Amino acid sequence: MNLIVAQTVIPDFGGGENSCVRQNKGFCWNWVQDNWSDVLWPAVKQHVALTAIAVVIGFVIAFALALLAHRRRRLEAPTTVITGVLYTIPSLALFQILVGFSFLGLNRLTVEIALVSYTLLILFRNTLAGLRSVPTEVREAAEGMGLTRRQVLMKVELPLALPAVFAGLRVATVTVISLATVAAFIDDEGLGSPIFRAIQSNVFKTELFAAGGLAVALALFADGALVLIQRLLTPWARRQRA
Amino acid sequence: MPVRARHLLLPVPIEHTAQAEGSSGIPEGRHTPAATVEFVHVQKRYHGQQDPAIRDLSFTVPAGEVCVLVGPSGCGKTTAMRLVNRMIELSDGDILLDGQTIKNRDTAQLRREIGYAIQQVGLFPHLSVADNIATVPKLLGWDKGRIRARVDELLELVGLDPDMRKRYPAQLSGGQRQRVGVARALAVDPPLMLMDEPFGAIDPITRSRLQDEFLRLQNEIRKTVLFVTHDIDEAIKMGDRIAVLRTGGELAQFATPADLLMHPADEFVEQFVGSDRALKRLALTRVRELELRPIGAADGLPRIADEVPLRDALAQLLQAGRQEGIVVDGAGNERGVISIDLISRSLELPA
Repeated sequence: MNLIVAQTVIPDFGGGENSCVRQNKGFCWNWVQDNWSDVLWPAVKQHVALTAIAVVIGFVIAFALALLAHRRRRLEAPTTVITGVLYTIPSLALFQILVGFSFLGLNRLTVEIALVSYTLLILFRNTLAGLRSVPTEVREAAEGMGLTRRQVLMKVELPLALPAVFAGLRVATVTVISLATVAAFIDDEGLGSPIFRAIQSNVFKTELFAAGGLAVALALFADGALVLIQRLLTPWARRQRA
Repeated sequence: MPVRARHLLLPVPIEHTAQAEGSSGIPEGRHTPAATVEFVHVQKRYHGQQDPAIRDLSFTVPAGEVCVLVGPSGCGKTTAMRLVNRMIELSDGDILLDGQTIKNRDTAQLRREIGYAIQQVGLFPHLSVADNIATVPKLLGWDKGRIRARVDELLELVGLDPDMRKRYPAQLSGGQRQRVGVARALAVDPPLMLMDEPFGAIDPITRSRLQDEFLRLQNEIRKTVLFVTHDIDEAIKMGDRIAVLRTGGELAQFATPADLLMHPADEFVEQFVGSDRALKRLALTRVRELELRPIGAADGLPRIADEVPLRDALAQLLQAGRQEGIVVDGAGNERGVISIDLISRSLELPA
């Protein structure tokens, strides 16, 4: 019974008679080929934009907070608590709550606010830990040689914090790529929208697999790219004594 | 003295070394500016602590000498040293560099004119050896050519291969790191060096070699050096003068090593110097400084190099089970006969 109903509601995904799509044989490669330029590739580009905006804004905010907390220790605890609470709110709930604010709506701004809030804790904590990871004797030598506080920050603490900062960026980026698929619930863009369509259609899964797979690939690619950038920026970390 | 003070206010260009050499009257080596350091009733109290870290410290280190601050832990020796470059601020009294107070100096500027080397070295892990050494020259805005030339010069001075310049600290051995640390501290040719247990964290063999090298280097450059250690043997070896501190930052004695060993001021110093101070004094004198006996029958006597300290000569005689030995100079010529008796009598004369 179910089967019959389902078959009758299959929308026309194209592909013509007797194709994989028409017969709905699980994953259809030719659907991917047919819809690459119209559906999937634009979704990938939107997804990259959603992620990049969230990570960049999140990083700017978290970095500023970390610099403040680095200078004034008592700012650390409250910042950790606030960003920690944001981080623990279930994503669907947060999207729902944000939509409730009248000045926001079902749009990209709402999505970005949610995504940014998830990056803050990781980026704040890692940046702060990086700044604090500078060995005491290195800081002391820097001060003893006459570097000003600002110079110690710029020439010593920030470069040495880079590995920790990048570790944070990697986790944040991968998290946001994953979360941004949920964001299609609010704003119909990114790799989440083909996934949602597939869930709603309840039968045809190619879209789901294709978009899901692309999200995974995107996460792996972004992670690899960040590793590469970090290696270029921190040549000293690779050259350990043999 | 006021003339010298000029050097403290300006980064001293290397080109001036020739001038400094001429005026100093010491012909050999790369003699460079050195500052007189005066502690004048220096006091340091930490907020909320009843006993001062330093109660009342006064002494003067003449330009070009190594003054070792030595004492048990908690005696305030590191605190005293750090007061000089204002890593710690004075509570009372004053410190004068070439007669000028440090109190109204800009701290960053003051520190750039004082070499600073610490036990853990504190090299910047993200910078190459060359960039580490170039830290202060860059802060002072030297041009690239001058920095490069100075780095090469310093690498040679501390006995490191020029190929090392591109390495990162993690790629160096402990001894190499120390050398880079000393080169970095010497980068802008500061008239004063502060060294806080610079050879403390190194194995004994490398340590002794670095000490020897530093003495050779110091013989060339004649900086004023404040050297902190808890090791009395190191103090005796390195110091032209030794300031023995006791808890509370009190000066127990300020003397030359020989004086300290012959006339310890009180029980504390005597105890700190150790019951083997006669032996320690033997370490201060070299065989060649002794008036040797002419060579008689020299059959089977141990041969002793004239450059070793009396202590080593005595050890060699005891080991060989002989009363006498033949002293040989660097070229292999026999210079005379040394005996246990001669060594023991040398202790009776003022060293």
